[in-house]
Amino acid sequence: MTKAEIIEQIYEKVGFSKKESAEIVELVFDTMKETLERGEKIKISGFGNFVVRQKRPRIGRNPQTGQEIEITARRVLTFRPSQVLKSALNKEEGGE
Amino acid sequence: MNKSDLIESLSKRLPNLAARDVEVIVNTVFDSMTDALRRQERIEIRGFGSFEVRVRKPRVGRNPKTGMSVEVGERMVPFFKVGKELRERVNKGQ
Repeated sequence: MTKAEIIEQIYEKVGFSKKESAEIVELVFDTMKETLERGEKIKISGFGNFVVRQKRPRIGRNPQTGQEIEITARRVLTFRPSQVLKSALNKEEGGE
Repeated sequence: MNKSDLIESLSKRLPNLAARDVEVIVNTVFDSMTDALRRQERIEIRGFGSFEVRVRKPRVGRNPKTGMSVEVGERMVPFFKVGKELRERVNKGQ
């Protein structure tokens, strides 16, 4: 699935034009990106949380040469899926 | 920011749309992503990241209260990998 298919869903279910649907979907992800860029977390109930975490510098190693290098301090994004999403993926469809 | 905050923030940027419509759109975005993952389909949002379903092997777990061994069957877990653009923007931050 790509953004194009999400846009298609909006077009089918909500009835906006394809152009409008595309603009809105683009804006949804842009807004999320801007929020995360500020270091703010996003909690989408039923889906999951996007959390920005601060990582301290640490010593890493080039696995090929064994040479030690410092991995600088950085901010990384993690996704914690909600329990609802996790159970949805494990539900039997049609049952056993 | 939670889903209502996201809807509110989007509504401000889309003054010609009713807040109710924006809410339906946001829900449709996440619902269609959930449906894709249920079909074990990979999702790729350029510049944001990709979602996929990974299989966790069955394992023997323990009930932390009683210490009894229990069989935990094979499970599917969602996995998110941040895209290059977002990874760089988050790291630069403000």
